Amino acid sequence: MTFLETLRFKLATLFSRDRMSAEMDDELRSHIEHRADDLERSGVSRREAERRARLEFGGVAKFSEQSKEAAGGTFFESVLGDLRYAARLLRKSPGFTIVAVLTLALGIGANSVVFSVMNALVLRPLNVPQPDSLYALEWGSDNGGMESYPDYVDIRDRNTSFESLAGYYIQVVGVSAGGDASEAWALTVTGNYFDALHMEPQLGRFFHQSDEHGANSAPYIVLGNGYWRSHFASDPSVVGRATQLNKHPYTVIGVAPRDFHGTMIMFTPDFYVPFVNQGEVAGGDPLNDRATRSMFELFGHLKPGVTPAAATADINSVGAYLARTYPKVEAAPDFRLTKPNLYGDFMGRPVRAFVACLMVMAALILLAACANLGSLFAARATDRARELALRMALGSSRARLLRQMFTEALLISVLGGVIGVWGSVVLLGAMSAWQPVPRFPLSIAVNPDPYVYVVALVMTIASGFLFGAVPVRQVLRTDPYEIVKAGSIRTPGRSFTMRDFLLGVQIALCAVLVTSSLVALRGLIRSMHSDFGFEPRGALLVDTVLDMAGYHGDAVPAMQKRMIIAATGIPGVTAAGMIDWAPLANGSWHDVDVYRDDSTEFKPANALSTPVIYAVSPGYMQAARTSLLAGREFSWSDDTNAPRVAVINETFARRAFGSANEALGKYFKTPDGTRLTVIGVAENGKYKNLVEDPQTAMFVPLLQAPSSEASMVVRSDRETPQLTEDMRTAMRNLDAGLPYDIRTWDETLDLALFPSRVATLALGVLGAMGAVLSITGIFGLAAYSVSKRKRELGIRMALGAQRKEVLEAALGRAFKLLVFGSLAGLVLGLAASKVLAFIVYQASPRDPLVLAGAVLAMLLVGLVATWIPAQRALAVDPVLLMRED
Amino acid sequence: MGDQAQLLPGTLDLLILRAVSLGPLHGYGILLRIAQISGNALLIEQGALYPGLFRLVRQGLLKANWGTSENNRKAKFYELTVAGKKRLREETDNWNRLAAAIGAALGAKVEEA
Repeated sequence: MTFLETLRFKLATLFSRDRMSAEMDDELRSHIEHRADDLERSGVSRREAERRARLEFGGVAKFSEQSKEAAGGTFFESVLGDLRYAARLLRKSPGFTIVAVLTLALGIGANSVVFSVMNALVLRPLNVPQPDSLYALEWGSDNGGMESYPDYVDIRDRNTSFESLAGYYIQVVGVSAGGDASEAWALTVTGNYFDALHMEPQLGRFFHQSDEHGANSAPYIVLGNGYWRSHFASDPSVVGRATQLNKHPYTVIGVAPRDFHGTMIMFTPDFYVPFVNQGEVAGGDPLNDRATRSMFELFGHLKPGVTPAAATADINSVGAYLARTYPKVEAAPDFRLTKPNLYGDFMGRPVRAFVACLMVMAALILLAACANLGSLFAARATDRARELALRMALGSSRARLLRQMFTEALLISVLGGVIGVWGSVVLLGAMSAWQPVPRFPLSIAVNPDPYVYVVALVMTIASGFLFGAVPVRQVLRTDPYEIVKAGSIRTPGRSFTMRDFLLGVQIALCAVLVTSSLVALRGLIRSMHSDFGFEPRGALLVDTVLDMAGYHGDAVPAMQKRMIIAATGIPGVTAAGMIDWAPLANGSWHDVDVYRDDSTEFKPANALSTPVIYAVSPGYMQAARTSLLAGREFSWSDDTNAPRVAVINETFARRAFGSANEALGKYFKTPDGTRLTVIGVAENGKYKNLVEDPQTAMFVPLLQAPSSEASMVVRSDRETPQLTEDMRTAMRNLDAGLPYDIRTWDETLDLALFPSRVATLALGVLGAMGAVLSITGIFGLAAYSVSKRKRELGIRMALGAQRKEVLEAALGRAFKLLVFGSLAGLVLGLAASKVLAFIVYQASPRDPLVLAGAVLAMLLVGLVATWIPAQRALAVDPVLLMRED
Repeated sequence: MGDQAQLLPGTLDLLILRAVSLGPLHGYGILLRIAQISGNALLIEQGALYPGLFRLVRQGLLKANWGTSENNRKAKFYELTVAGKKRLREETDNWNRLAAAIGAALGAKVEEA
């Protein structure tokens, strides 16, 4: 019989089992009556004959059961029975059930979250046709993939391996479709982008290579599906609509399909614009500039039959040609093929490593959960030794008992699995909706797919069997006569076992995680209140990119000055000033090599220092509350006609000139030979991230180093919402077509705080998991030892032992493990904080609050874990116990 | 009952098939038939017959129908199916070969060294 047939047969017998039972009873009765007839004929009375016939027949129930089994009809019946029995047992011990189910929910939930993330980022291919033959190019030691457009054209036309090589760049642009301008994220893509991907539009048409006729010749927009839905209300008549990008006229020609999000996971572009128009939207002359790598990534499908190795060799031969022809800008070729999903190995390698680490940890958590549940089950089996022995003595087979125990384990694992998966679905939904970086369309679509559910189901069943198997040996060894006689199984020896060791390790790990998460939390709180060298609280940042709105050349500083004057004119604003990249905001900065005044050879090796450089307007220092230690701030007369000047920070001054006061009036040079005079020294600050050591930094006048992209710092003591409203009015009066972004400086620090927040959150979650696992582990051990030694405890109590002594006897071992594990964990946690200092501001374990918190947390873990077993140990009634045995 | 032999494992099925091959029988009747054809030499626990019967029905070697017995009682009658007849032939041949071989082995005179 095949498996399916068997199953069908069993299902059929399941539904007819009542009829079958009745028939079987009839048949056996008929047999006994026939036998009785014969006996009666030999001269005994009818009653005596029937009695004898029944005796001769043997155990009716036993043979009936065996017959049913032989007929194949008891499988589901007995499984249902087992399930009912297991459910009844679990209801009878709610403490055990809740602990077990939660432990497992945690383990399986953690695994399905991590697996979903792995599935979304690593396993699932890009959502494009034939993702298998899609490859991107990368090169260099950092696995980057950027190329200049002229190089791209050469590689595209000279290679013979790719069907069609396409490329793209990520560009923020100002969009206006009649009303106010807004910022959006575009991919500027080569004309063959959609054709290379074999994509078809959902609406309208895509642009093609044939639409490109030189610079700015293809003013077309293809909308991303999400942007079409959110900004155009899924309006099908959007095709043909006139729109402005950075003040240039464009036409919407199509809408991309729903599930297409470009070729990089995590980044969803708002729309797609031909790269030949890049000069128009971004400035410069990217189409002819071979020295600037203005394309982010090149990719395409390999032709059928071309192996990746052959394609790599082919591309490198094109690279060799480029290096020969343009020796000034091209290095020796070093191209490799990679998958585009996570920008090749650039992000792919760290992401894969990170996810693999997470997966290993999640698996360890599940294993630890299973180990703990295993000891809980062993404790239960000990408790039930009498029941098991009795059932065996009554003729139940060992296999039957084992099936019963596995049913119980699986019931728990399924309950835990369901809760765990439910929790993970909620969590993953929140993660998918989460936008970790403001102003950047970074999102991680990690919603679980069927694959994830299958894996969760397999994990659930596997872990059920895993921890259900722990008490098997115990059951198999059970000798009914011994137990009924003696009352419990005697497991010889109380030596230090593997189980104790594992539990100790778990407790230590839990203590490490608790300590580190407390350290991280303290660091996070402290970093919110630390000295940044500027004051983010009470300041708004107004970001503008003026060339988006058609400002060029001298118009840029003039407009910026008008903005500052307008902002200062708002009632309640005490100061306003501009900076090209606000420190710590959005995670970007520029630095520059500087040289001594007497330097003549400007190469990096001779550099005096490499300070972070900011271009700021007059009034910035006051608006940012960056205090000056010496000298003066810039004024409006420090413009292109005046001598070049700089304000340096204290670290720069001390390193280059000895002290702040000595630095005033001194000179230094930038790589292009420009000579700068130091006119002021500012306090130190944080520039790149919160945990950096003091850095050298310098400020130059925005008037002498113009930038069309700048943030205006507006300092005010007014409430943010009203101030924002006034600021918007002021911006509209200045230029209604200028896209801008207003947020508080605090908000933009989110990115700088992101690593420490994630670390704190992750450590907190892991700490909580560690705590729950330690609780179940200790609970299991304590419950086991109480169960095993119940008789002994009863005797001790009868002999007059005090509560304290009873507790000592029952829980001494669990307590010892807790103390030693916690101590080891605390010491390790203190050591681990050194590592944490890279991510978390001033992570110091020598903080009495952290130490007290960790000790308290571990005490709490111990208390919670031993509460129930302790109650049970104390509730042992010697009289009852003696009578029972 | 002193001179009865224990059944070899697996032989009960063969005996049932053989008993039923002579005509439809109910459970008790099968026991009587086996006793009769074996000359009362085999010991079969009465209840143990039934798991065997159900197994054979499940394997499709026997089919069963309710009817009325010679004692005028309701009883379930078993008879061979086509597959059952075939199986009986094969098993009988097997048994005979095995019995002959074992008999020959046990009966052979051992050359003394």
